[in-house]
Amino acid sequence: MELLVALSIGFLTASGVFLTLRARTFPVVLGLTLLAYAVNLFLFAMGRLTIGLPTIIDSAQGQYADPLPQALVLTAIVIAFGMTAFLIVLALKARAELGNDHVDGINLAQDEASLEHTLPPQKPNKQVGKTR
Amino acid sequence: MNLLAINLPLVVLLPFIGAIFAAWSARLNRLAAAWVSGLIALSALGLLTPTLIQVFAGQTIIQSWAWIPTIGLHFSFRLDGLALLFALLILVIGILVIFYARYYLATKDCMGRFFAYLLMFMGSMLGIVLSENLIQLVVFWELTSITSFLLISYWQHRKEARQGARMALAITGAGGLALLGGVLLLGEVVGSYQLTDILASGDLVRNSPLYLPILGLILLGVFTKSAQFPFHFWLPHAMAAPTPVSAYLHSATMVKAGIFLLARFFPILSATPEWSWLVGGAGMITLIIGAYMAFFKHDLKGLLAYSTISHLGLITLLFGFGTQMATVAAIFHIINHATFKASLFMVAGIIDHETGSRDMRKLNGLIKYMPHTAFLAIIASAAMAGVPLLNGFLSKEMFFEQAITASQTAHSAWMIPILVTIGGVLSVAYSIRFIHDVFFNGEPINLPKTPHEPPRFMKIPVDFLVIICLTVGIFPNYTIAPLLEIAVIGTLQTTPPNYSLDIWHGFTPALFMSFIALTGGITFYFMRQRLFNFYEKFFRKIDARQYFNQLLAGLFSLANKVTNFFDKGSLQNASAWVLFSAIIFTAYGFSLHNSPLFGERPMLPIDVISLMLAVGLMLTSIVLIFIHRQRLLTLIVIGMIGLVLSLAFVKFSAPDLALTQLSIEVVTIILLLLALYFLPQVTPKEIGKMRLWRDGVLAVLSGIGITLYTLAVLTRDYQTIADYFLANSLVGGGGSNVVNVILVDFRGFDTLGEITVLALAGLGVFAMLQNMKLPAPKNDIEGRLWSNDPHPLIMRTFTRLLLPLMLMVAIFIFFRGHNLPGGGFIAGLIASVALIVQYLSNGIQLTSEHFKVNMNWVIGLGLLIAVATGLAAMGMGFPFLTSAFTHLNWPIIGEFEIASAIAFDLGVFLVVVGATVMSLVQLGRLSFASHHPKAKEQN
Amino acid sequence: MTSLTFLPLVVPLLIGISILLIQSLGLKRQRLISFLGAVTLVWVSINSLLVSLEGEPQVFILGNWVAPYGIVLVLDQFSAMMVLITSLLAIGAIWYAIAQQIDGKGAHFHTLFHIQLFGLNGAFLTGDVFNLFVFFEVLLLASYGLILHGGGRLRTKAGLHYVVINLIGSTLFLFAVGALYGILGTLNIADMAVKIAELPAEDYGIVTAAGLLLLLVFGLKAAMFPLYLWLPQAYANASAPVAALFAIMTKVGLYAIIRVHGTLFGSTAGDLAYFYMPWLLALGLITLLLAALGVLAAKGLREQIAYLVLTSVATLLIGIGLNTPAALSGSLYYLIHSTLIAAGFFLLADMITRGRGVYGDQFESGNPIYKGILLGSFFIFAAIAMTGLPPLSGFFGKLLILSAALEHDWFAIILITILISGLFIIIAVARSGSILFYQTQINQKPEITPFNKYAFFAVILLLATSPILVILANPITAFTESTALQLLDKIQYIDSVLNALPIERPQP
Repeated sequence: MELLVALSIGFLTASGVFLTLRARTFPVVLGLTLLAYAVNLFLFAMGRLTIGLPTIIDSAQGQYADPLPQALVLTAIVIAFGMTAFLIVLALKARAELGNDHVDGINLAQDEASLEHTLPPQKPNKQVGKTR
Repeated sequence: MNLLAINLPLVVLLPFIGAIFAAWSARLNRLAAAWVSGLIALSALGLLTPTLIQVFAGQTIIQSWAWIPTIGLHFSFRLDGLALLFALLILVIGILVIFYARYYLATKDCMGRFFAYLLMFMGSMLGIVLSENLIQLVVFWELTSITSFLLISYWQHRKEARQGARMALAITGAGGLALLGGVLLLGEVVGSYQLTDILASGDLVRNSPLYLPILGLILLGVFTKSAQFPFHFWLPHAMAAPTPVSAYLHSATMVKAGIFLLARFFPILSATPEWSWLVGGAGMITLIIGAYMAFFKHDLKGLLAYSTISHLGLITLLFGFGTQMATVAAIFHIINHATFKASLFMVAGIIDHETGSRDMRKLNGLIKYMPHTAFLAIIASAAMAGVPLLNGFLSKEMFFEQAITASQTAHSAWMIPILVTIGGVLSVAYSIRFIHDVFFNGEPINLPKTPHEPPRFMKIPVDFLVIICLTVGIFPNYTIAPLLEIAVIGTLQTTPPNYSLDIWHGFTPALFMSFIALTGGITFYFMRQRLFNFYEKFFRKIDARQYFNQLLAGLFSLANKVTNFFDKGSLQNASAWVLFSAIIFTAYGFSLHNSPLFGERPMLPIDVISLMLAVGLMLTSIVLIFIHRQRLLTLIVIGMIGLVLSLAFVKFSAPDLALTQLSIEVVTIILLLLALYFLPQVTPKEIGKMRLWRDGVLAVLSGIGITLYTLAVLTRDYQTIADYFLANSLVGGGGSNVVNVILVDFRGFDTLGEITVLALAGLGVFAMLQNMKLPAPKNDIEGRLWSNDPHPLIMRTFTRLLLPLMLMVAIFIFFRGHNLPGGGFIAGLIASVALIVQYLSNGIQLTSEHFKVNMNWVIGLGLLIAVATGLAAMGMGFPFLTSAFTHLNWPIIGEFEIASAIAFDLGVFLVVVGATVMSLVQLGRLSFASHHPKAKEQN
Repeated sequence: MTSLTFLPLVVPLLIGISILLIQSLGLKRQRLISFLGAVTLVWVSINSLLVSLEGEPQVFILGNWVAPYGIVLVLDQFSAMMVLITSLLAIGAIWYAIAQQIDGKGAHFHTLFHIQLFGLNGAFLTGDVFNLFVFFEVLLLASYGLILHGGGRLRTKAGLHYVVINLIGSTLFLFAVGALYGILGTLNIADMAVKIAELPAEDYGIVTAAGLLLLLVFGLKAAMFPLYLWLPQAYANASAPVAALFAIMTKVGLYAIIRVHGTLFGSTAGDLAYFYMPWLLALGLITLLLAALGVLAAKGLREQIAYLVLTSVATLLIGIGLNTPAALSGSLYYLIHSTLIAAGFFLLADMITRGRGVYGDQFESGNPIYKGILLGSFFIFAAIAMTGLPPLSGFFGKLLILSAALEHDWFAIILITILISGLFIIIAVARSGSILFYQTQINQKPEITPFNKYAFFAVILLLATSPILVILANPITAFTESTALQLLDKIQYIDSVLNALPIERPQP
């Protein structure tokens, strides 16, 4: 079982790393999300794996899983969520400010062959300002 | 406090304080600055005089205070003969220069700045010569570099002034750093930075293995400061400074700082072959080159600059001889050179001032127009040439004598007298040129101004100096002898050799050399025309500044290359560096000790479902890499992965985690979907194949690495503090759900921080989306138009029914959290989902009309409640966040322990709701704004 | 146990919250509360420093759960010093932001600012590794908000890079903490040190790996080679008060290295004692050279200052890596100096930039600056301090470190690197100064941007620390020495954390 978990963490990390290194904001966000999954699983596994020993105090139940990593992971999950929320909105802001969703925004890397249709429409909507 | 006990630091600090007054007084009246500076300098001199008696009585005065005692840095000053000689030079010539500058500076020049800088420089120089502590000496040494930078660049609008200043700073600054290194090593060897200790331990230093580095570094400082070959080239370019500055810094004082250091360290560093070769060699080369270049300069100040270089070389060479007699000659020549060279610079300044030109090809026959100035110039340059009955002659004689004695020391040294005679010849030649070319030799050629005598007072400083030249030259024993005597003692730190200052020593070889020098010089001058042509042909092009600037340019371009290589301004590059080093660090760290990779802890058996799930997880994560350009698809797949994860948590007895993961997953996906709406639906192909490969390798390596690392830990046993929580959760924390008790009680502080993070995220999102304009694409990637219909009626009604239900669930989860899986987070997330569903189904506008709450405020309230709960405990004399249960044992305790934990959890709940709804609603609003331009259509 | 340990945390948090709640009352009131809050924080920090001087580290047991089970705050001289520096920075930055009306250029400036302070002080005071992670996240997310404050293309781009890089860092942080817990089974720093002291040899590998990973995470914050790439653009493009506050951000990383690694792998760690020190020294030297070249290569003043900050970080890494009490003491002195002066320099740079109008802070000949002589003099002052020339504090900081390096085997290379980079910096800064202030187009009229003298107070306040550090060098170095000694006395730290007693609670 440990092997499965370790491998899952490994695969999640690998794809997470790859996506994090991409040139567009959205894949980067997803990559970081994957990395967050990986690290949460890792952190959780650090309390060693136990089956059927929930950490609800119960006289019938002799022993329990290590509750501390679970608490830590809970914290980590929530923090990761906050970060994701912030980052994805930042990605939008970047797109709004820089006109495209490349992570380096204004000085575009050479791999910008198919940038055209990622750009916002040429004539931005006139009412946009008013409706807000 | 006795003033005499602190007069040395006062002498040094006074000019610095005075500088402020000078700058300030200039606002009142431009001459006030000059007067203030003059008074400051005079009073510094006055502060020095009372101690003269002791010094002439052969005492060394030391005044010292602790500064950073642990590294041997003391605020301490020393006045002995050598220090006194230099202090007097600095102050006396300083006063004359101030006097002169008051007439020299034009009305448009800012007096305050000039005199402030000048005084600061004076203070720094005094600091150098009066320092007892070497570190303190270095401090003042660097200060002279800085102040001279300011003085040289005083006429800032002139390019050559700026360049000259920067060159001077670069060279002398570098020297200063080297000097610092040398001093540190010296202190390391001696065990103290106090000159008294250091001067006492000459043998120790000379025999230490660090002697060569010490000598080298210190000499670097000396040669750069005193413009010795190969660092001589900055001095001519420093001539862009106003002439009073040149007269002060570049003849009398600053360039002598290096010489001063040679004299200071003479007792401990000299008398070794290395010393003779380095110091003597540099001196000799500088002497010749300087004299040679001086002759061919058409600019008055250029000539003087190179002649200064040459004379400095002469003095250095004398120290290089390393004999006591040579030292006497060196000290003597320091005095003489200061006098005649300062006066010559002032003369040059006068000529420049009154004719508007310094070009000797235009300046001719000025004796008719300014006879007085001419007279002064003639005497001064005669002294420079070493004509009898002038001070220059005496030290020149001594110099030639020493050259001859030196020639007997080693058989390779036979050429020394010849070389120095050549130097003599050249110096005579350029001295003659300075006089003949400027004051005789026909009529002036179209000068900007018609020349005339300067104002009377402008000449007084020159008169004064020239008189010194004469009196010292004729009655040396009655004028300079005592000062020279103590200066020599101060230098050698022993009784001086017996030397005579008589003018006539009989027909000595030295006299013969002087004779050759004079006659040779005259002939050299009269065949100058051919020499000029020769020079123009070969040497004209040699301009040190070019090479220096090329060097700098090279440095800058190197800097650009290196910097841009690392900092490409590319995020991918930076991230790759981080991940790469993470792999390296971890791998290296593991391999540092050859400990086994895996431990003995038995693994759990694998069951089929887990196997399938895990394999599925792995496959999907591989698939992701290939489909990641289809963004929507990727997002869905990732959602699935999240679900699998929560299943895993269920499997491994972590219900709370499962719940949280699940609800977070929902919210996250909604969020990303909303965002994706504004972003391109597909990721364009990346062209850089290399980069893809690099990233692939990094990904694989990190995957393998973390897998092994996880296994390495999981196969080992460990002792954990967890049992404590299990034991105390119920009794101490009053909850049977240990995880929740940890969150709100044992480690409640983490939770506080965590909800702060969430709150910040919400606020940050709000701040970012404020008046952000982001036009949404009209259609998705396949070109289908986004639906513009109002939200379907059934869904709306349905969700409205759903709302109370979901809120009920949330409340239930919330309350049971302390004992069963659940709690503030999960409840909060569920509630948020409930609200978001409303927004989604009924549209932003409508919902916000029904539901008017400022989420910023909700977040703030939540945080406040959480903190307040903690503070309440403090109010009862317990630490922050102590749960109320622990200190209120009333009969109805149950409620109370719940009360405290619940209160905290309520804070959590509110923050979660606030932050989540905030981010999503803000996004929604954005989409609404950009997508539904005609807002009225919504019912 | 004194609650003073705790005030530096709760004050900024409460201020932040209350500013958030009174938003509707308008910016003026927010400013008032914000500034008063900052003043209070300074007062609190001074008191905590006085408390810390009583010797024993003060331990505050949160939730009354003793270490290692609960989370404890530890106030010793080092943390107190950092807290005080931070509060001084805060005063300057907030004052400047208000005076220049920068705080109004976006939402929640003051809230974010004070919660950032909460995060910083938390990181300085906590005695628990995971809690340190949480506070890193707090101060990071606050800094994300702040660095984007005001918006703009370059700033957004720099912000994006900064955020992503730090998110990667946070992930690595969790990996490291997790691994450490997986082996040591505890999270309290002192307790970890105890566990490491009796660690079986077969677990060395994992712990060392985790240790180096943690070093990388902190190095990322501290901007150590090769992890500094986020810094130049982030600092150069943040708004002035934020850049000023960020002067402490790199120091947080250094603090964490000294605190966590110094304790976990300190004198008590047996075979693992100080294994990371050569890394610090070597990477510090490389960083120093690259940073010096960066100073030369900088195209604008703020970028140049950012690289100067990098040089100071590198110098500190070297100082710490030397691993002697004297070197540590010197580093602490230099840390005080570099933080406050860098902050002041960033504010000054902003005033210069405003003064140059269209030319901004780019190194090209522009119009003469209004009040040019005043600004120029302060530029020279700041430059001297920052480049480590005499007679200001930078020189003495470097001097302390150099003279501590004299006994080190690598002395030659350390000396050469520091001196050479020093020379590069001098050349570069002399050039920029002469371009900005001397090489002006004389025929032009000076820019008519009004000179904001209230804002200038902030610059003076921060830069004034340099001469003070020099004049009071004797007492201050005495303090840094005792701090260094306290830091190296692991036994004292561990004992006072693990033996701290809770307040007796009546059993239910």
